[in-house]
Amino acid sequence: MADISSNFLGIKSPNPFWLASAPPTDKKINVLRAFEAGWGGVVWKTLGSQVKNVSSRYSAVNFGAKKMMGFNNIELISDRPLDLNLKEIKECLKLFPDRAMVVSLMADNDRKSWHELIKKVEDTGAHGLELNFGCPHGMTERGMGAAVGQDPEIAKMVVEWVMEAATIPVITKLTPNVHSVVPTGKAVVEAGTNALSLINTIQSVTGINLDTLVPNPYVAGKSVFGGYCGPAVKPIALKMLTTIAQNPVTSKVPVSGIGGVSTWRDAVEFMLLGASNVQVCTAAMNHGFRIVEDMIEGMNNWMDEKGFKTLDDFIGKSVDKITHWEDLDINYHHIANINQDKCIHCGLCYIACEDTSHQSINIEYGKPYNTYTIKEDECVGCNLCQLVCPVNGCITMEEHRVAPEYLNWIEFQKRGLPLNDH
Amino acid sequence: MIKNNRLSKEQYANNFSDIHPPFETKDAALVEANRCLFCYDAPCTKSCPTSIDVPKFIKQIATENIKGSAHTIFSSNIMGAGCSKVCPVEKLCEGACVYNLMEETPIHIAKLQRYATEIAMQKNWQLFQRKPSTGKKVAIVGAGPAGLSCAHVLSRNGIDVTVFEKESKGGGLMTYGIAAYKVTPQFCNDEVDYIVDIGGIDVKYNIELGKDITLAQLKKEFDAVYLGIGVGVARQLDIPGEKLEGVVDAIKFIYEIRANGFSTVPVGDKVAVIGMGMTAIDAATQAKRLGAKEVTLVYRRTEAEKPCTDVELDIARLDGVEVIWLAAPQKIKGARGKVKQLVCSVMQLGEPDASGRRSPVDTGETFTLDVDMVIKAAGQVPFEKLVGKLKIQNTKGKISIDENCATNIKGVFAGGDAVNGGKEVVDAVQAGKDGAAAIMNFLFHAKKQS
Repeated sequence: MADISSNFLGIKSPNPFWLASAPPTDKKINVLRAFEAGWGGVVWKTLGSQVKNVSSRYSAVNFGAKKMMGFNNIELISDRPLDLNLKEIKECLKLFPDRAMVVSLMADNDRKSWHELIKKVEDTGAHGLELNFGCPHGMTERGMGAAVGQDPEIAKMVVEWVMEAATIPVITKLTPNVHSVVPTGKAVVEAGTNALSLINTIQSVTGINLDTLVPNPYVAGKSVFGGYCGPAVKPIALKMLTTIAQNPVTSKVPVSGIGGVSTWRDAVEFMLLGASNVQVCTAAMNHGFRIVEDMIEGMNNWMDEKGFKTLDDFIGKSVDKITHWEDLDINYHHIANINQDKCIHCGLCYIACEDTSHQSINIEYGKPYNTYTIKEDECVGCNLCQLVCPVNGCITMEEHRVAPEYLNWIEFQKRGLPLNDH
Repeated sequence: MIKNNRLSKEQYANNFSDIHPPFETKDAALVEANRCLFCYDAPCTKSCPTSIDVPKFIKQIATENIKGSAHTIFSSNIMGAGCSKVCPVEKLCEGACVYNLMEETPIHIAKLQRYATEIAMQKNWQLFQRKPSTGKKVAIVGAGPAGLSCAHVLSRNGIDVTVFEKESKGGGLMTYGIAAYKVTPQFCNDEVDYIVDIGGIDVKYNIELGKDITLAQLKKEFDAVYLGIGVGVARQLDIPGEKLEGVVDAIKFIYEIRANGFSTVPVGDKVAVIGMGMTAIDAATQAKRLGAKEVTLVYRRTEAEKPCTDVELDIARLDGVEVIWLAAPQKIKGARGKVKQLVCSVMQLGEPDASGRRSPVDTGETFTLDVDMVIKAAGQVPFEKLVGKLKIQNTKGKISIDENCATNIKGVFAGGDAVNGGKEVVDAVQAGKDGAAAIMNFLFHAKKQS
């Protein structure tokens, strides 16, 4: 059995699966249930100035029969009294001393407020602090949350205040509602944050009720932009994570990966792109805390199969595999192949290629089953047919290099090689 | 003993309840609709005699465009609601579903089709609008699937249609010849009403061609005539004892169940059903469900040659119906004018016949079944006498048509069971569409050609 215990800035947890700062970590009863289910740690829902939440808070994007492919919320930070939160954090720490307890913070924009809040939270015995510079709704209108994270200068200033007071590790959570997460990431690392976490939610409108014409979520005939998350945002999160992992400044600190993590596979992907652990919210809100069981087992089995003994053995292993377009090997070429024994004759590859790609699939009409074959000379190797094929392993992409040696675009141009050769 | 009223009201209701229940909820329909792969040039569509665009109508259920879904179905098959209940989909659309090739359950196409069409019928969405009147008039004989399908296409295209039906209800074999647990009489009525509601279709009931009206009259009063007269009574067995009390025609037996109600239809204690087509299955299972103690299907070939589908045979077997293969009825023995025994010849398979199936050959051995009722379901015979009297070219009563659905008499067209000798409802619907297209070509273009 592999060892999946995690050590994030000295904050230890039996596994790298934490619950993100969000509704599931708002109070003791939820957090205790999470720990009982096996979660390695939690980031307690953001504490800060007094707020009041509205009724109707979430909405979702479904895809086909699958519910909640994407999810958004318009909930603000914790609306419970600070003292109650602090008391419950203490109680949870006492009952589960082996789990990570990080507390998310969003104080008013002045040094004194931050210092006071940090002091109170540290008194609970919490292991770390996470600065909420990402919340995209409600708090931004008060100059907090994403409003801080979107401006590197302000973010830097706040982190400096925090670092003056904090005696436990500080994680700064980044907002994705920027053209790049790197400028703010760099600013806060330079200001001394011990770690980064990303991404927070993305501003969104999930949909509109076609009867009432009011967008979701509905609050008395109106709606607001909500923070988007769930499986749909994972690719965006992975991209932003990669930019942090590849930057020489931001890559110096550990990163906690967030954004649509639903399974052990997602978690492994985040970690391969440089995250030291992951934080989960939507998947738990969709299915309950029990999902962590398979996350633990699945990651463990995968590590055993790959021969990884500890998390550090694979964290970051894919970071250097994402390169610049100019560095891609133009001599690499692959061509689709349809395994006729596996083909179920659905025609999805054909119509996708014929209508929207390179007309590289031949159709031989039959009743009721047509036969589809690849026109190898026409195929540009785009993968579309393989992606739409409903049968695993039916369409494979087979390597047919143009030439054995590596050739990139810059060199290609230099040599004046011909364009559009297929 | 042959008697009616064998069961309680509850037992009848239970025995004749819907054999393929619909989706209970919208969610259930959505789950199934979302399973569809949306195939291109889809095998299901190509296996439907009316070429319903199955992936399209299922996608429309998934997008909750039920009106569009029903329109897609009805555009190809105006009896799409009835067909969703009576089609042998296991050998048509569902049998061709690509999921079969993945060893997965095929999409429940019929159930989804029923879902969309039932909503359309319940809400009485009229999804087609008649084109302005062309002033042309067409007579259709027979308000069965072929006639109604033909009438609907013609009406859509601005032609005034009069349908002459010898029964008091429309729907043809859909109404009179199919097991009650597949379609209820009420549904059949509703379906006819829904089709006719487009307007421009006047159905005259209880009018029989050759009796109440003549073909000459129709030819005179209308611009064209379409014969969708179907097929008639069950094929005679031509064996001794066929006239005994207790020997009944399957179509008549099913008709009575449909027309008169379950409790009024008499059934024996021990029933033999001759034949192995869909009608034989419908007769055997319904005899059992009416309270017969023993029902035996007798067929002269083997299971490999049977005309019904496996699914149908399973319905009969699950009802407790016995099956005897390679047995041909030789004579029916009686006492005091009533059926007592069925004597069968034991057959074996010989050389393939015209249908390509190995033909049964008498071994000379016999066996005897104690029965008090024999139901004849060895196919139906066309209206040979009527067709002959009308001087329409035919083969043993089956009307001959050319590639334009035209008979030998100018302006007289035909289709459906009257031409093919008896196929599925869905085949008749397509025949009606083909007939309508041919008639329109005749009415609007033929003069230029000739």
